[in-house]
Amino acid sequence: MEPKLSPQDISVKSSVKLASKKKAKWKSVLTYAAFVGPAILFFTIVQLVPFFMGLYYSFTSWNGVSSTAEWVGFANYLKIFTNDKDFLNSFLFTTKFMLAAVVISNLIGFSLALLLNAALKSKNILRTVYFIPNVIGGLLLGFIWQFIFVKGFAAVGAATDIAFFKLPWLGDETTAFWGIVIVFAWQISGYMMVIYIAALQGVDPSLLEAAKIDGASSWMMLRKIIIPLILPAFTICFFLTISMAFKIFDLNLSLTGGGPFNSTQSVAINIYNEAFQYNRYGLGTAKSFIFFLIVAVFTTLQVVLTKRKEVQA
Amino acid sequence: MRNKYTIGTLGLEVVGIVVGLIFLIPFYFVLINSVKSFSEILLNAAALPKEVLFANYMKVWEVINFPRAFWNSLTITVFSNIGLVVISSMAAWKMVRTPGKFSKILFIIFVSAMVIPFQTVMIPLMKVGGTLGIMNSIPGLVFMYFGFGVPLSLFLYHGFVKTVPIEIEESARIDGCSSFGVFWRIVFPLLKPITVTVIILNTLWIWNDFLLPLLVLQDPNLKTIPLATSSFFAQYTKQWDMGLAALMMGITPVIIFFLFLQKHIIKGIAAGSIK
Repeated sequence: MEPKLSPQDISVKSSVKLASKKKAKWKSVLTYAAFVGPAILFFTIVQLVPFFMGLYYSFTSWNGVSSTAEWVGFANYLKIFTNDKDFLNSFLFTTKFMLAAVVISNLIGFSLALLLNAALKSKNILRTVYFIPNVIGGLLLGFIWQFIFVKGFAAVGAATDIAFFKLPWLGDETTAFWGIVIVFAWQISGYMMVIYIAALQGVDPSLLEAAKIDGASSWMMLRKIIIPLILPAFTICFFLTISMAFKIFDLNLSLTGGGPFNSTQSVAINIYNEAFQYNRYGLGTAKSFIFFLIVAVFTTLQVVLTKRKEVQA
Repeated sequence: MRNKYTIGTLGLEVVGIVVGLIFLIPFYFVLINSVKSFSEILLNAAALPKEVLFANYMKVWEVINFPRAFWNSLTITVFSNIGLVVISSMAAWKMVRTPGKFSKILFIIFVSAMVIPFQTVMIPLMKVGGTLGIMNSIPGLVFMYFGFGVPLSLFLYHGFVKTVPIEIEESARIDGCSSFGVFWRIVFPLLKPITVTVIILNTLWIWNDFLLPLLVLQDPNLKTIPLATSSFFAQYTKQWDMGLAALMMGITPVIIFFLFLQKHIIKGIAAGSIK
């Protein structure tokens, strides 16, 4: 039997309830902070704060050393757009490189995936082999290939008399450009292949079986069934290659160092030099913000464009 | 598509193997020349060595103090990984389990940060590092990797937590388990597959990273493997003999790591990018 409660009792009880509710809310906020707080803290100190500080410095003539930074408004940005041929050249190089690298590494990566999707006996070993270049960092890869282009190719050229190996690799603007593309493709194709293989394994074999019975050729099946079904993989691979190619730094630095005659200087290297060679931090950060915007625009644009083509399976 | 092994398949097999050999040629060049003398390298870089010399390796071992560099790289990679797994898994789980505007906005901020190129934050970061007094130290570098690694790790965990059924957590809570208890005893073990992926991706990136250690670590005793190796490739004086031996020593640990875990690595990368 429940004891009878006077109205007074009830009001006391509800205020206790309210207080405990408040307490519970506090407790849940504190647990949330305990779980999510560290992530927010490190991220804020290392990325968010520097990002906004950089935005501020990009409007100053800060040299990185002095404690005061003089506000110069849009002067840095104006200078970059009107009077900085090096930056413009590095931007043109990076864009050209990105286009060539994206096309070639995805073409190779997708072909390798198709190859390994066949019932090859050596497919596990081959998958491992194609992937190996990815585990080595860009800097060391660049040094490895520098040696191959300079000494290895020359030796092969002398022995076989094949013109390709006798080209002035890394010594000439055109060959240096393609040299970087080759090394980038060699590094990245295996990574793209892994993503394409995963997507190919998701294609329902009964669809291909049916198409085969209807007399479709392999090429037709590839174009009309396989590619449309795995478009999401293309979205991801293009996104990854575009952002990797655009941000190229280590590989470029160790392979050509930006040469010959600054012809292969990527935007990332240009920014690095501006800040740490010439101590023009204000100008460097302004460049880095333009860089950020370009990367953001290119990658979002690409995702939006390819997403639109994806079919709902 | 599971067909019999035909002539066509054999043809593809041959193509595959030839391409595989082309992929391995660079390693052949590095390996054979790393055991040659400097003059023999200059004479013919494609030929097999007349005699195998280990002098280059011994010199490099001492000149860059290889054990030291290896130890530095290892410490940085291990501690960054531990921290990133703890920080990101906890945050991702709580964010998924506490739906609401705050969690949503937070997630969007983390994810959009993945587009920020390192060059955009590196200059002010050096100033922040100086203010906090964490420059030129390995713990300081690890601290920075926490910040740079959080977005991707959290993103991967976030996607995975959504597939973990909530019922087990609820029954544990009824039995009187605290939030920390629920997470560490029940949820975290269930996250193992994605934890492996997160560790692999972060290891490959942190072990191979060059620019951040270059900017943060000035003390020669703190050099990582990429920093130490680069000292043989100065712009005009190329010490190929020692440089190639250093390259071999630099790439061997990570290749061994890969060969041991290659199944997980390849699976993890496919899972990590399709999610």
